[in-house]
Amino acid sequence: MTPGPKRLGFLTDATLCIGCKACEVACKQWNQLPMDGLELTANSYDNTKDLGASTWRHVAFVERFDGARPSFDQPPFQSGWLMLSDVCKHCVRAGCMEACPTGAIIRTEFDTVVIQQDVCNGCGYCVPACPFGVPDLSMFDGKAHKCTLCYDRLTDGLEPACAKSCPTDSIQFGEVPRLMERARNRIEELRRLGVSGARIYGDDELGGTGGIGGLNAFFVLTDEPEVYNLPANPKLPQDETLPGLLSTLGAAVLLGVGLIFSFRKR
Amino acid sequence: MPGLGTRLGRGGATTTLMELANSDCIVVMGSNMAENHPVGFRFVMKAKTRGATIIHVDPRFSRTSAMADYFVPIRAGSDLVFLGALVSYVLEREAYFKEYVLAYTNAAAIVSDEFEDTEDLDGLFSGFDPGRGTYTTDSWQYAGSESGEGAPEHHGQDAQSMGHRQGGSRPNDLSTDPTLQHPRCVFQILKRHYRRYTPEMVEEACGVPKEQFLRIAETIVDNSGRERTTAFAYAVAWTQHTTGTQIISCCAILQLLLGNIGRPGGGIMALRGHATIQGSTDIPTLYNLLPGYLPMPSVQDGHRDLASYLEGVVTPAGGWFNAPKYMVSLLKAWYGEGAQPANDFGFQYLPKLAGDFSFQPMLLAMKDGRMRGLFCMGQNPAVGAQNARLVRQGLARLDWLVVRDIFETETAAFWKDAPEVLDGSIAPSEIGTEVFLLPAAVTPEKDGSYTNTMRLVQYHDKAVDPPGDARSEAHFVYHLGRRLRELYADSTLDRDRPIQALTWEYPTHGPLAEPDVEAILAEINGWTVGDRRPVRSYQDLRDDGSTACGCWIYSGIRPEPGRNRARERQAGPSASEGAYLGWGYSWPNNVRVLYNRASADPEGRPWSERKRYVWWSDDEQRWTGLDTPDFPPTKAPGYQPAADATGLDGHSGAQPFLMLAEGLGRLFVPKGLKDGPLPTHYEPFESPVSNPLYGQQVNPAAIGHARADNAYHAVADARYPHVLTTYRLTEHHTAGAMSRWVPWLAELQPEGFAEIGTELAASLGIDNGDYVVISTARGAIETRALVTDRIAPLTVGGRRLHQVGMPWHYGYSGLARGAVANDLTTLVEDPDSFIHEAKALTCALRPGRLFDDVTPMRPLSRARERGRGGEG
Repeated sequence: MTPGPKRLGFLTDATLCIGCKACEVACKQWNQLPMDGLELTANSYDNTKDLGASTWRHVAFVERFDGARPSFDQPPFQSGWLMLSDVCKHCVRAGCMEACPTGAIIRTEFDTVVIQQDVCNGCGYCVPACPFGVPDLSMFDGKAHKCTLCYDRLTDGLEPACAKSCPTDSIQFGEVPRLMERARNRIEELRRLGVSGARIYGDDELGGTGGIGGLNAFFVLTDEPEVYNLPANPKLPQDETLPGLLSTLGAAVLLGVGLIFSFRKR
Repeated sequence: MPGLGTRLGRGGATTTLMELANSDCIVVMGSNMAENHPVGFRFVMKAKTRGATIIHVDPRFSRTSAMADYFVPIRAGSDLVFLGALVSYVLEREAYFKEYVLAYTNAAAIVSDEFEDTEDLDGLFSGFDPGRGTYTTDSWQYAGSESGEGAPEHHGQDAQSMGHRQGGSRPNDLSTDPTLQHPRCVFQILKRHYRRYTPEMVEEACGVPKEQFLRIAETIVDNSGRERTTAFAYAVAWTQHTTGTQIISCCAILQLLLGNIGRPGGGIMALRGHATIQGSTDIPTLYNLLPGYLPMPSVQDGHRDLASYLEGVVTPAGGWFNAPKYMVSLLKAWYGEGAQPANDFGFQYLPKLAGDFSFQPMLLAMKDGRMRGLFCMGQNPAVGAQNARLVRQGLARLDWLVVRDIFETETAAFWKDAPEVLDGSIAPSEIGTEVFLLPAAVTPEKDGSYTNTMRLVQYHDKAVDPPGDARSEAHFVYHLGRRLRELYADSTLDRDRPIQALTWEYPTHGPLAEPDVEAILAEINGWTVGDRRPVRSYQDLRDDGSTACGCWIYSGIRPEPGRNRARERQAGPSASEGAYLGWGYSWPNNVRVLYNRASADPEGRPWSERKRYVWWSDDEQRWTGLDTPDFPPTKAPGYQPAADATGLDGHSGAQPFLMLAEGLGRLFVPKGLKDGPLPTHYEPFESPVSNPLYGQQVNPAAIGHARADNAYHAVADARYPHVLTTYRLTEHHTAGAMSRWVPWLAELQPEGFAEIGTELAASLGIDNGDYVVISTARGAIETRALVTDRIAPLTVGGRRLHQVGMPWHYGYSGLARGAVANDLTTLVEDPDSFIHEAKALTCALRPGRLFDDVTPMRPLSRARERGRGGEG
């Protein structure tokens, strides 16, 4: 858990995303990931559906015209068609890493969270431990896979493939504190333009992700996180175990007591 | 690009993508820029984050619309009404840039009293010959020069793209009225021509509410003038109409009136359809052009010899005065020692045109058995050509077909996988075509260059050798030529001289004998014949045979041995910040913003401090600024030509449009366009409504091909009630050879679909994802429905009108498959550019499958199996 000299991460600004999916393709090409399939979902322009073992960047397309015609006069950086490139959040407190029994998931010198493929045994505990549904078991090797924040590129001093390919700088890569400052400025700018719903998702102060200490890959959104298919208040499942454990214990005690009484009556 | 060429002088984007970042307002119309030019859209986003207003006018709400401040849904095929109404708005409210218009356009020029406008003739201009469907242009000339030029006939093969061959009036020869009050001055003619293009007409014809139109007009006007500039970006959604040239023309008129041409953040960004389409017209793959926009010699235009050819090209003033230097240097480059004054520099070696051999007539010739063989290199007409079923029937009648591509495209596989083969209409055994499929190299496997959408040439080096038998185009063409020359070496026939005389000595290297493309570049740049020293610019070229040059507009790209300016990658030195002059090479002479003399006032001072770009320096006595001046560098603003001055000396120091004889931007084009001197709205060949402006329904000069296998729908045919428009997606590239076979791209848009509005879908009982059948008189196809609010119905001519959109990438081969959208489209041509009309036609739509009693379409099921690595 000791951060390295640098905390590196992504700022993904939904207000600048044009939905070109260059990030998805650049990611798959650099990391040599297979295609998911050839299914037309008919869900707007989203045919890769979600993050998974072979999709580490995923562009969500949200049409929310609700049967009305697109408006002529659109709020700044905002329309009825939202696009956002989702990615592993490289959480400050990473549920996947905490759940991993083999130590395959590590925090790197860049403060990113990486699954070591030679250690992973494919137990899959990390899969439900992530509140964002990021790690996924591969159909090909049975192991868990997710974004590495291009660990191999970082060690060579290159920026991650997705950020490199993004034509509109919707995906920005850099040191987390500096990115966060940029994000805050952007929020101020958007609010000044009248985008009252502008918010950072993944800030440890703003947004709804304080429970896990913030995200190293965070987002500029203009509406509730759920609109973008992000959980409003993500929690680690392991944090939910204490009440579950206590109630189980309580139930056991009650059952035991009841059992004792039922024997006595006989 | 005759729309821009005839109005401004050159057939190219007037500005650069980077310069869009300095715009105060960007109107994207006739383009889905964010999807089809996502990298260039970076600079639109930069402008937007700097506070610019972005406007998108389009039938569909696309990924571009999502980034716009204003989205204006419009009926496909009505753009010219919208643009004409903007022109009218600017004129009626006197919102034009007065000093600019007076000094830099032909607004004050007086036109012949024989000219009659479409307002007088219900949609026709004077000079129309209904029998031939063509215009004679005598009555369109400037007053006083009606008979001076002998108005060459237009046969459909002379090239207007660069403004030559378009009337010979020097600026001094024009009679003008600087008060702009003369009833026959261009300004007043323009005003009358567009008087009925009102906001109300926009509402009726385009389906755009009047208030929306007015807001757009105000925004554009507020962002134009001395202090501010507006740019227009368009792409093939303006060109692919029977009025395409005139739509673009109308935009040029508007931008001239607003003073937005030649200025930073202004201009017209012509977004080209492929990576090097600009390059493929500069050094053309077109039948009617020679390199550098010199027209191809023509029998019909009486080009018996070099002199008679040049007579039709040379203008007394302006850049084309020097055409003999460019032409003779080209002939020297091609025929070397075989090009001598005694044999007209080999002029007779060039083929002469004797008809319309553009793309669409070629397809018909194939279908009618008048063509025996076809080379398809980097083209997939079985998917990408219009009326694609007819095209595939044509392929089946060839003796031989050579396809050079990176995968087995639909064109190569038509004889076994086409829908008409699968449904049993034709058996492979009945097809006699011998098909040769030759594997091609992709970009990283070869040296070469791209000339991109803003005339910027960028060189790229080979990274790896092509696999197996794959070869570069240069390899194929060079060795084909070499072998042909060997075959003809001993011939004594005159007709074989052109092949024998050709200079074809390029050094080769490596085990594959790959030709050295830098040697080809050296020939393109040009040299002095005696010592082969490179010329430094086209100004060094001579018409006496002492220089050779493969393409005069590229001269200077290799100014000395070992220096290839297309390789240069200087990102942004302070000296040229804004123009990026050290990055690649831009024709002509590394000018980035064309006609940039217009960024200064007539006296040579910037119009405003905020918009300074190129200006006259009194100290240095030359033009200076952020860009290469697109003007003779030391011609002072106050220079006045002598009465007999010719060439560029024939223009004053305040006439920025140097390729045009007048030196002025043309609001009115006396010669060079086949369908009129002023852009006029005609309905698409297939339209759900009658022309609301004139009795003349369609472009009278459009080239139709009405026949049983290419039938057109009647106006407002109730059987085809919806408007159909075709387009592309970010995820795929044109006819798909470079994307539909690539798993990472195929999965992003894995199957063809049609976008259908929610209201229309509900009325027909179509659910999202359902199969639907779309049909026209050419054919019927089935595809999946993407039901969306993004394509909303319009009220046009008092009726509810639905538009259906369909990407045309898909076909029956590759990983990502789908019905061929072009099975629905027609062969019909814009008379100036010969481009088809795939952006606006009519169609029928119903839920269900094409054959209700059959199992699912084979292409789809097979694609899925291949996706799983099954059948392979």
